[in-house]
Order: sequence, then structure tokens, then C-alpha cells
Amino acid sequence: MTTSEFDSLRPPEPVGGRRGGRRGTRRRADGLRPGGADGSREMPMVPEAEFTSYYGRPVVKPAPWGPEIAAYLFLGGVAGGSGMLAAGARLTERPTLRRNSRLAAISAVGLGAAALVKDLGRPERFLNMLRTVKLTSPMSVGSWILAGFSAGAGVATVLEVDTMTGRRFPLGSLRRFLPVVEVGADLWTAALGPPLAAYTAVLLADTATPTWNDARDELPFVFVSSAMLASGGLAMVTTPVAETRPARTLAVLGAAAELVATTVMHRRMDPVAAEPLHQGRPGTMLRWSEMLTAAGGLGALVGGHRRGVAVVSGLSLLAASALTRLGVLEAGIESAKDPRYTIEPQKRRLAARRAAGITDDSITTVG
Amino acid sequence: MGQLSGPTDPTLDANWANPQHRKGFFTDTSICIGCKACEVACKEWNHNPRDGDLELLGSSYDNTGALGASTWRHVAFIEQGAERIESARESGRALVSLGMPGVRGAGPTDPLPDESDMRPNTGPPDTAEFRWLMSSDVCKHCTHAGCLDVCPTGALFRTEYGTVVVQDDVCNGCGTCVAGCPFGVIERRDDGMASANTRHTAESAEVPNVGVAQKCTLCYDRLVDGQTPACAQTCPTTSIKFGDHDDLVTQARERVRELHAQGMTEARLYGANDLDGVGGTGSVFLLLDEPEVYGLPPDPRVPTADLPRMFNRAGIAAVGMIAAAAASFLTGRRR
Repeated sequence: MTTSEFDSLRPPEPVGGRRGGRRGTRRRADGLRPGGADGSREMPMVPEAEFTSYYGRPVVKPAPWGPEIAAYLFLGGVAGGSGMLAAGARLTERPTLRRNSRLAAISAVGLGAAALVKDLGRPERFLNMLRTVKLTSPMSVGSWILAGFSAGAGVATVLEVDTMTGRRFPLGSLRRFLPVVEVGADLWTAALGPPLAAYTAVLLADTATPTWNDARDELPFVFVSSAMLASGGLAMVTTPVAETRPARTLAVLGAAAELVATTVMHRRMDPVAAEPLHQGRPGTMLRWSEMLTAAGGLGALVGGHRRGVAVVSGLSLLAASALTRLGVLEAGIESAKDPRYTIEPQKRRLAARRAAGITDDSITTVG
Repeated sequence: MGQLSGPTDPTLDANWANPQHRKGFFTDTSICIGCKACEVACKEWNHNPRDGDLELLGSSYDNTGALGASTWRHVAFIEQGAERIESARESGRALVSLGMPGVRGAGPTDPLPDESDMRPNTGPPDTAEFRWLMSSDVCKHCTHAGCLDVCPTGALFRTEYGTVVVQDDVCNGCGTCVAGCPFGVIERRDDGMASANTRHTAESAEVPNVGVAQKCTLCYDRLVDGQTPACAQTCPTTSIKFGDHDDLVTQARERVRELHAQGMTEARLYGANDLDGVGGTGSVFLLLDEPEVYGLPPDPRVPTADLPRMFNRAGIAAVGMIAAAAASFLTGRRR
């Protein structure tokens, strides 16, 4: 049969005489397939109420990132915040806070880097991360930040161990330069701490993973706040209350900032792209994270000067930060696995641009 | 570093001393017969191992599933009934009425222009009742490639032909490119040992490049020798065309015009627009329905286009963190 414009003028052909193997690639958002219950008849469809995908298969691929990456996001934040606390503690002469924060920074960054390497497809090639400096790659920028931070934290730790062991390191006449080196290492680490905590948000946002990409404007603030409350919380656990007032303040500021940033993020995001943050396992983790953040922040604010309350609040904040990172990571991976999260927001923004009169930037054209 | 979005010549952006004409594919799905010869030729030439467990996927004749680390050509099969055809036809017409240039006589009420319709129909068999869409998907070799932008090691690079290729011996399998691709093309190759299928144990020893990101190279090894990529060479219906990108886009536009003149207003191009979110693609497709029907994103955008803004936001957040720490140490009683 030919296809012509007169087709529409023909009388309708009888239904049912044809053996129809209609297999629906067009499906309702709830997964129901259109078509007659017995498969022999066609049932009317309402195209607007459906979204189309290719057999429900994902459009984008999820990052092959396991819980190691969530651990790194958490540990990188703890390290970054601890680096700042160590520098502040040194400049304001809080020796215990300084020691504990330095050790926390190097331990967290060391464990985090190990987790990163373990998650590589080819762990033995981890040094290729420093093969080039590439500003378009958040992973490359982050690798350099991580390397720089680790170097600074390493030097500070060596000097701290030297102090702890009664200055027994055989440094000879170099010892008189130590104060300068120490301040330099502390300030260097403190300066790279915030970038270390913030770049991971860009790393996630600079992907085609719908939930991460759509959270791009607020995710750096969420991650930085999470780093503040986690590092403050860790100091509250490890250090006697006599020296932790700044850590408590940092933790409270972090908790408040995270609650605000998360709320703003949820409000601004495309409702469909934000859905994985609210449902399933990631949704549960993020709800717990919010409660633990509020509880820990409140505890630090009200009872942080008591050792017991400080430890409990600190642990609660650490757990909150870990849950935030794992929740955001998993929500993104879930969003990549379901074509709906890719297709629906994209169709909506394309339609919005067309409605606004912008018709020249579509990937689909007829000429 | 070239520009992050918008129309550009990617080969020049990559500072090649000897830039060649940008190469690409034009995949005309209106003449694809779904023979999958392209899938086979690609696997053979590139020594790609088997994907999956040879299971039937229950999606028409498509048992390949999707593009992946070991599948660089994937033929999609879509079965559609009358009303779906009509809605595809309508969405194609809607594109025309948006003021897209270059199509004549294809509006909904325009009469067909000449008497060519009176001649016997020598086109592909088509009825108004049902149809079978077949489309061979492949890496898009984007002008602004998300995978290439985010690769931290430099393993992914822009060739002198404007294509995007992974260096197997440099990639450390970080997986960032997998998330960076707006089309879900590139993937990290696993060792194939996830399943209990015993056939794997014999084959897995031969799997090359395990743990490394893999995707279509547009047969870079053949291009440097002046050869046609394996899939295009093997395609029996010339549905897959290979050549200079600019020529292919011209050819693709002519083909759409031709199909619209025949009343197939569902025909449309995918990736032929320099102004789209990825700056146009090296692999251009002629589709007969909305892109998402074929598993393609309807409005892809290279994530890196927003990277300056993202780094900016992260910078503000980092400064805020420093300010918060400074405030923590400077305020309150000394205790």
C-alpha cells in the first residue's frame, strides 16, 4: 500500500482481521503497557500522559562507582575541614586540637585516596591521574588538589610526630627552619582543605547523571557544609572540650548551612530529577542524615561544652555526613538507571525553550 | 583548551598540526534492514568480546540491548502500530512548523509537489498499519564530547579526524567518562565474570582491556590507512554512510527533504545541528520517530558546558568554608 495524503479519506479498515504483533515501546509512566487485555485489540491511548523509552532501558549509563567513592567523598570532607582546624588550632595555640586535627586530616585523606585507588578499573595505573593538568576535568583538578593537600598534611604530620616523640628526628641544623615550614604546611593544608571538600560536588555535577547534574548549583554548598559539620564533629569526639570551642562553632555553622542548602536544592531542582533524593534507599539515608544533622548541630550548640554530649553530637554529625554522601551518590546512580529521569526533564526543557521561541538549538531538526 | 560549547571545529580546537577533514557517520535508519552486519563487523575488527549471556531480551529482534564497552554498534528494533506512526508523522510535521529551514512542500496542508507519486512505489515497503523501525546506534563523536572533557588522565583524545578515541594503555578506569556521556555510550569493560555461565571461564582469559573505558573509535586504525570503518564497509543497504562530516550532513538534509516530499513527515535528523547541546555530533542519524523511541536523549547537553559556573559555585562555597572557619576561631571567648 502506498502512503499518500489521501489515506485519511479512506474508510476505516475493520479491526481484528489482522494478526497484530504490537509490542509497545511506548509505555505509561507507571510501566503499564497499552493495548487490549487479550492482545488482539488496540485500545485508545492518550499520548500526553505517557513517556516513551526504548523498552524501558536507560539512556545514560550510571558511573561505575561503588561505596568506596561515597567513603572518599566523606573522608575528603573530613580531611579538608580537619586541615583548617589544625591550622587554626596552631595559630590560636590549642595543642591538643592541633595534634588531633593534623592526625585526622592525614588519616582521612590517606584512607580516602586508598578508597579512590581501589575503585579504579586499573588500580595499578593510579599515578596516571597526575599525568596531565586538565581544567575541564574535575577529576584531574581534584587529583591535583588531593595530591597538594596530602603533601601539606604529610609534612604537618611528620612535624607533629616529631613533637610527640620529643623532637628526636635527626634534623640537625635544619631544625631552626621548622617553625617556618610548619606554618607553611599548616596554611597550605588549610588553603587546600575547602577546595578538597568542594571539588567533589563539581565532580558529581559535571556528568550526564540527571540528579547530580540538576543539583549542580547547590551541591557544592551541601558538600562543603557536610565537610564542616563532619570535621567539627570529629574534633568534638577526639578532643577535650577545653579546646574544641572553634570546632563546635564550625560544626554548628556547617549543620545550619547544610540544612539550608539541602532545602534550597530540593526546591530548585526539577521535581522529576530530584525524585531519587526522596525515595528508596537514598531517600531514607538522606532523611536520616537530615535528622542526625539537626540533632548533632543542636547538641553541639547547647551541650557541646560537656564531654559526653560533645562525643554523642560529634558521632551523630559524622554519621550524618557519611549518609549525605552515600545518599547523594546512590540517588544519582538510581537516576541514571531509569530512562524517565533523563527523558522527562529533557523533553520539558526542550518544550520550554520552544515555547519561549528558541527553536534553533534542538538536536532534532528537519533540515 | 578549546571552547566548552557551541559550534566549533573540534580538530582545530585540539591544536592538530595536520588536521584532516572531520570524519563521521550518517546512519539513515529509513533504509536499515536490521541485519546486524555492522554489529558483527565491528566486533570482528575490533576484537570485542561477547556481551552478556546470549539471552533473548524480549525486545523484538534486539538481543544486544544497548551500546557498551564491548558493543560499539547496536541495532535497535521498534515495532509500531498505526496510531504511533501517525503521532510520529505529526511530531515531524511539528518540527517543520517550528520554522526549521530547508523543507519545502511538507506542511500538513501542502499538496505534494509533483507527479512522482503516480509512478510505482520503489521505496522501502511501508504501510500505514504497522512498521518496524531499525536503527544502528553508535558513538556520536560529539563536537563537545562529555567523556573527553572529564577524562582526568588524557586517555581520551581528539584525533586529527575530529573523532574521540580512548588510549587503552593510558586509561586507569576511573569511570568519570561513563557518567560524562550524555548518550550512555562509553562504558568500563568488566572481566565478564559476573555471571555463572561456564562459557565465560574459557573466554575471559582472552578479554582485552579489562577495567578500561571502551567505545567506538570510528575505526581510527582503519582511518589512518585510508580505509572505511568496518560497519560502514559491511552495511549492505548503505544505511551506514561514512565520509567527510560536512558532506554527510548535506546528504542527510537532502534525504530528509526527499522523504518529506514523499509524505514521510516523520523523518528528521538527529545531531546535524551545530547549535545543539553538544555542538553537533560527528555521527548523524536520520530517525523516523522521536529520539527517545530509539533510546536517544531528546535534548542532550554536554555537562561541561556549565563547568565554569559549577567551579564558580564551588569557589564561593570554598570561600564560605574558609570564612566559617575563620569566624569559628576568631569569635567568642578564648576557650
